[in-house]
Amino acid sequence: MTDTSETSAPPTVSITVDGRTIEAAKGELVIAAAERNGIYIPRFCYHSRMKPVGMCRMCIVEIDTGRGPALQPSCMIECADGMTVATDSPVTTKAQEGVLEFLLVNHPLDCPVCDKGGECPLQDQTMSYGPGESRFVEEKRHFEKPIPISDLVLLDRERCILCDRCTRFAKEVAGDPLIHFMDRGNETQVNTFPDHPFASYFSGNTVQICPVGALTAVPYRFKARPWDLDEVESTCTSCSVGCRIVVQSSRNQVLRYVGVDSDAVNWGWMCDKGRFDFEAVNSDDRLREPLVRDQGLTLKPAAWNDALRRAAAAIRDGLERTGPAGFAVVGGARLTNEDQYAWSKLTKGLIGSDNIDAQVGDGLPAEAVLGLPRATIDDACRPGGAVLVIGPDVKEELPVLFLRLRHAVLDDGVKLVELASTRTSLTGELAAVSLRYRPGHALAVVRALLAGKVPDDDVGGVSPEAIRAAAEVLGDGPLTVIVGRANLAESGRSIAAAAAAVHHTRADVRFLSALRRANVHGALELGMAPGLLPGRVTLDGGRDWFAERWPTLPGGKGLDTSGILRAAADGKIDTLVLLGADPLADFPDRDLAERGMAGARTVIALDQFLTESVKQADVVLPVAGFAEVDGTTTNIEGRVSVLGRKVTAPGTAQSDWTVAAELADRLDLDLGLESTRQIAAEIEQVAPAFAGLSLEVLTGPAGRDGVVVTLPTRRTADGDRNGDGAGREARAVDQAAATGEAAVAAESSEGASPELTPTKLLSPTTGVPLPVWTIIEPPSPDAYSLRLVVTRKLYDRGTLVRSSPSLADLAETAILRLHPHDFDRLGVAPGDDVRITSSRGSITVPTVPDDGVPRGTAHVYANKAGGRANMLIDGNAPITDVRVERP
Amino acid sequence: MTDVDTTPPDDGAGREVPRILTSRWDLADGFTLDRYRESGGYDALRKAVTTMAPAEVSEQVKAASLLGRGGAGFPAGVKWGFCPPGVYPRYVVVNGDESEPGTYKDRIIMERDPHLLIEGVLIACYAIGASQAFLYVRGEMALAQERLAEALNDAYEAGLIGHRILGTDFSVDIVLHWGAGAYIVGEETALIESLEGNRGMPRLKPPYFPAAKGLYMQPTVVNNVETLSNLPWIVANGGAGFADLGAESSKGTRLFAVSGHVRNPGVFEVEFGVTTFRDIIYGEQYADGIVNGNRLKAFIPGGASAPWFFDEHLDLPLEAGAVGAAGSMLGSGAIVVMDETTDAVKAAWRIVRFFARESCGKCTPCREGTSWLEKILRRILDGHGRPSDVDKLLDICDNISPAITWPPRQTTICPLGPSAVSPIASAVLRFRDEFFRYCGGGEITVLVNGKAYLSTPPTVGAL
Amino acid sequence: MSRFTAENTAVADEIIARYPVKRSALIPLLHLAQEQEGHVTEEAMAHIAELVGITPAEVLGTASFYEMFKLEPVGDYVVNVCTNISCMLLGGEELLHHLERRLGIRAGSTTPDGKFTLDDVECIAACTEAPCLQVNYRYFHKVTHDRVDDLLDDLRAGKLAHEVPRHGTLSRVRQQLPDTRAGVARPDRNVEPAWMRSDETATEGS
Ligand SMILES: Cc1cc2nc3c(=O)[nH]c(=O)nc-3n(C[C@H](O)[C@H](O)[C@H](O)COP(=O)(O)O)c2cc1C
Ligand code: SF4
Ligand code: FES
Repeated sequence: MTDTSETSAPPTVSITVDGRTIEAAKGELVIAAAERNGIYIPRFCYHSRMKPVGMCRMCIVEIDTGRGPALQPSCMIECADGMTVATDSPVTTKAQEGVLEFLLVNHPLDCPVCDKGGECPLQDQTMSYGPGESRFVEEKRHFEKPIPISDLVLLDRERCILCDRCTRFAKEVAGDPLIHFMDRGNETQVNTFPDHPFASYFSGNTVQICPVGALTAVPYRFKARPWDLDEVESTCTSCSVGCRIVVQSSRNQVLRYVGVDSDAVNWGWMCDKGRFDFEAVNSDDRLREPLVRDQGLTLKPAAWNDALRRAAAAIRDGLERTGPAGFAVVGGARLTNEDQYAWSKLTKGLIGSDNIDAQVGDGLPAEAVLGLPRATIDDACRPGGAVLVIGPDVKEELPVLFLRLRHAVLDDGVKLVELASTRTSLTGELAAVSLRYRPGHALAVVRALLAGKVPDDDVGGVSPEAIRAAAEVLGDGPLTVIVGRANLAESGRSIAAAAAAVHHTRADVRFLSALRRANVHGALELGMAPGLLPGRVTLDGGRDWFAERWPTLPGGKGLDTSGILRAAADGKIDTLVLLGADPLADFPDRDLAERGMAGARTVIALDQFLTESVKQADVVLPVAGFAEVDGTTTNIEGRVSVLGRKVTAPGTAQSDWTVAAELADRLDLDLGLESTRQIAAEIEQVAPAFAGLSLEVLTGPAGRDGVVVTLPTRRTADGDRNGDGAGREARAVDQAAATGEAAVAAESSEGASPELTPTKLLSPTTGVPLPVWTIIEPPSPDAYSLRLVVTRKLYDRGTLVRSSPSLADLAETAILRLHPHDFDRLGVAPGDDVRITSSRGSITVPTVPDDGVPRGTAHVYANKAGGRANMLIDGNAPITDVRVERP
Repeated sequence: MTDVDTTPPDDGAGREVPRILTSRWDLADGFTLDRYRESGGYDALRKAVTTMAPAEVSEQVKAASLLGRGGAGFPAGVKWGFCPPGVYPRYVVVNGDESEPGTYKDRIIMERDPHLLIEGVLIACYAIGASQAFLYVRGEMALAQERLAEALNDAYEAGLIGHRILGTDFSVDIVLHWGAGAYIVGEETALIESLEGNRGMPRLKPPYFPAAKGLYMQPTVVNNVETLSNLPWIVANGGAGFADLGAESSKGTRLFAVSGHVRNPGVFEVEFGVTTFRDIIYGEQYADGIVNGNRLKAFIPGGASAPWFFDEHLDLPLEAGAVGAAGSMLGSGAIVVMDETTDAVKAAWRIVRFFARESCGKCTPCREGTSWLEKILRRILDGHGRPSDVDKLLDICDNISPAITWPPRQTTICPLGPSAVSPIASAVLRFRDEFFRYCGGGEITVLVNGKAYLSTPPTVGAL
Repeated sequence: MSRFTAENTAVADEIIARYPVKRSALIPLLHLAQEQEGHVTEEAMAHIAELVGITPAEVLGTASFYEMFKLEPVGDYVVNVCTNISCMLLGGEELLHHLERRLGIRAGSTTPDGKFTLDDVECIAACTEAPCLQVNYRYFHKVTHDRVDDLLDDLRAGKLAHEVPRHGTLSRVRQQLPDTRAGVARPDRNVEPAWMRSDETATEGS
């Protein structure tokens, strides 16, 4: 990729294409420059997001660089000043026709039964550039008809034209070279190694970029013909990267998602989970009608009216009994921005409760997400920069961000350091240094890393050499920190504290919060966390502003999910609303989740599926989901983009905001919201950070890649206060270092950057200050214990995966990973079933050796069948230690 | 194992010509280090590293106008000069993949005089500043590998390779690398891919000229075995001495393998540009004429890729310029003689089959085109041809090598695909009657403009 | 078990160490695997993938490109008859057909007793000695039908054990890189070699 930073505008050259003079960037390929200027040169192997190979020869055109015209592949030749290109000369045309005829020589021409028929570049180009009819009368090349190359993808080698796109994608983009050219010459085929399937999280992209029907996706095969498909642009909500996609449907069924090339986000790629979990939309398990728990204590179908009445009555009773403090909402990260605003307003602005949290205890403190200056993906991937990952395995949780980072490291010289307690997908190939810290000591390691001198001894399990090497890699240039929960058994506050420490030490640092739930960033922006109000203001900072706009406001800061569950367990929560949340599965401390769910007097669940937690609700309200509602969503960068609606929700399911409005109505409150469009307009009016971000902007050309909500990115935005704050920060850090006390003081109150909002920022104080997180370093585990690390895999027992038949089987069952040397010490053998016990509970799972797990560490994946890691985690403690023994 | 029939060169006119390459071929132990040293071996290396600066060595090679002997005939000294200044490490890769049908010379050097090649490689490394060299030997040549391995082991032991060669600060390793059976790997960029552990598929030039971006994307000089084997003589006798031999556009001597329907097939070292095809095919000291006193039908002057020559070309000198002007090439120095008993269709088919089998599969026109051509020719031979097939053959050729000119244009990355056009164009245009005899009548309507292809009697006059 | 034996694993490590980039050792390692088993097994390819740090699919991608790597078992003696142009002109095809009759198999297959695999191959660089063939890559020049019959007999009788080692053994002499080697030239180290630094000759002395 060429450097596109504003400072060095690339030099341009001028070339002549078909008699027209066009300007091209130096180094730009002829095929790309021509296309930019409306001249389309046919191609099969060339793909703008991969390195050219010049294999198919379809793009050959006559190029004259001064020595007479010669046929050259326009996908390989860079524009040079004075070059003349003929894309339609007789010689070019004859050559291209010849190539096309050659491609068809061994192609089966089975278009009528091919999934690609109707959207096939080979078919299309044969129409436009082909010779008409084939003169090939010999026997065609034969291969066994479609063979599965993975659980999701089939390969028909007879249709393959050997363009090297899928194989290049696998190696170059995904880093999973599990498919490859085999054999030679006319026998060449794409294939896998026997019994080594193309098990890549990104395999579906190969189907999308295959220029013929050789690669087909199992979930889409034979489902529809392209001309029957309806489509709408949207944003993938399977994780918070927010890949731009097209949703395609037919007869009110979602049939396929196709990645859209958004330069700022996904470059056309998707992960397989995002691509194929459309099956969940169509799932028979979707909730179609409300359920109400009857006297006999079973959930029975009910009419909406009855269910809503029942829910409203419970809320009213609760409010009468305990006031707003007895009302709590957990979840909402999967909702659209508009739904979130509605629930935020209902909870805080109408009912007056501040007990609302879109995160389920597995994220970061909301103040960290909103208070740290935010980076875009492009910032993180900017050539020459450095990235520090203090967070999850990006490939497992934010797959397409992994692809962007991989490209940045391998092609653009970005340097990456990771802080992770076990091996991740970044380890080795991408991370220049991997700091394997002992859970609980992230802050100490980060401090050592930033201290400017190499420590004398190990810090938190990391050697001085590793710290020196990492500090060297990070240098002192632009830095992006990707911050999130690497380990669900380690408290989010300690990670937030580590991130804050970087913020206070490094001037030019920005953060990407690696929270994976689709619209969790939107939820926090819209106030779905205690102490916050929509538009990135605190309850106090926004009190005056919102007092004029909302009927009421909470009296003080409420509870987060952990607090809500604890209060519920103590009988202090009358009504608990679950907005698409499944605390029993997702809350790290299963024991607390169970007690909380049991302790809440009434549980009202809005969901698409009957999850474990929903099964315990008293009122279940079916809601519409992805592709069934429109609105907007906010990604990891704070980028707001539109969601498209293509099908109707199953049964009588309603959108989440409608339910909020209906409930308000029955509580004799007026939510004042009537349509998504109107909600969007109110957000734009009311939520300070969203000022100027109208639906018109988002659906217009400027919104194609989404629009990043204005961000407090510059520490100098408010010189006065900031100078003061910086001084205090520095003192706090020094003091902490001097006393050895692990505390970070912070105050940051940058204003929103000026791009979108200059006139609107009249009254509320925007910006969320970073609180002080006091971190007590945990003692080392005792001699018999191992420190627990719980990480996520892309495929787990999550609802979307479980409800997508094609994906469900890809989730392996629970397993314990131990360092090979720990087996003897523990008296267990590889393959054994072992019992893992913590202060909270125990699970029994098989164990395998893995040298990516440091000694003294027990690594399990979250939310897997056969052993729930959250049964082990103590949500109150900064870390969890476990015993491992034979059952 | 039979012995190779070799003949000491002279220039046909009786003038004595030095045996630059073949001087040890008649010795039973010419491949040993002892014998090699006894006969002056490694003196040139010593001379180069102890008395000449690297740049001087390059100068001598430039002055010698040593043309590459691998097929393309590019001047070695000029190629060395393309290494971008200041970029290291540089590598030397020896092309010992000799697989062009009819070509047989590099193998003999490697089997009979391996130290000559090694000394040449060392001189090249010294001159260009390469600190590692790879000797890529065709996989099927087991004996050559054994001889080279032994020679390398001995030379290492004698301090002629490795760290501080001959006690100087010149240090280089030579690693013997085996191929594994793929003609295309002889193409230099494919050779590099193969040496990197990949499928041997050529890279596009530009941008991947090996001298600039070769092995591991570093400056890399790829030279043929025979090319490098000339270096000891050039260093010992001076570039000018080398340039005194041969003709205007081709200096020195060169190995030619004459095979096919001749009475005395063999590999001959002849002075470039002085000897003619007639000399080497009919001369008593060379191939000694056609078997059974038969008449010549056609001959391939430079390997299977080259357009065929006929009677009228016999008096051309063995000289790159003259042969090129007449529409073919000396290529890899392989002269294949076909007498009047040869079935031209069959001969064309056999050569096309070679290219079809050896296509790497990267470029569509080559991958699909060559095997399509092969299938059509096979069908014609099997008696199922149609007159229109002849036109079709030429039009397919035209789609692989537009206008079927010489030197060939190509719709492909490397010249392998277009090479399959040579035998077809040659045979169809010269012997189209034979094709029609197989298929039964008709007329050729395709336009063809190559020199060799056109220099045939009136059959194509209608074009 | 057709991964590398311990001994060959050591050889493999040594081979890998000759190259600036591990992957370059791929073809030599595939030869080593073929030397050990007579053909290249899946297990061997998986082992090579581990040693070189690439995927088995990449190893197979390379292995299957090259004619000499046999991915299925072959006979003790692989007889490659050249039928390319120079040999064809002098009876290469007839020689092949003669062998097909003698061995009772078609070119491209193996005798039921596993002794011989017969192949019809491209030019093997012995054109002036046509017709010619190779047995396990050892040359036999100017082969007449009578001579080839004797050759088969001798091979069957084990009389040519010295001239023709078992299939897979290409070179009985291994290159040894002694301690006096110069060392690999890593592509990421841009260092001008010592002898290039002056316009003088290479410096003598230590
Ligand atoms: C299809 C093809 C096959 C080739 N085979 C060989 C070969 O077997 N040996 C060789 O030395 N050069 C071969 N060449 C030429 C090489 O690409 C390259 O020009 C040569 O090795 C350079 O060395 P030289 O300059 O010393 O001749 C081949 C070229 C092509 C296009
Ligand atoms: S012309 Fe043929 S051999 Fe050469 S690169 Fe293309 S496909 Fe490969
Ligand atoms: S698009 Fe250029 S060669 Fe395929």
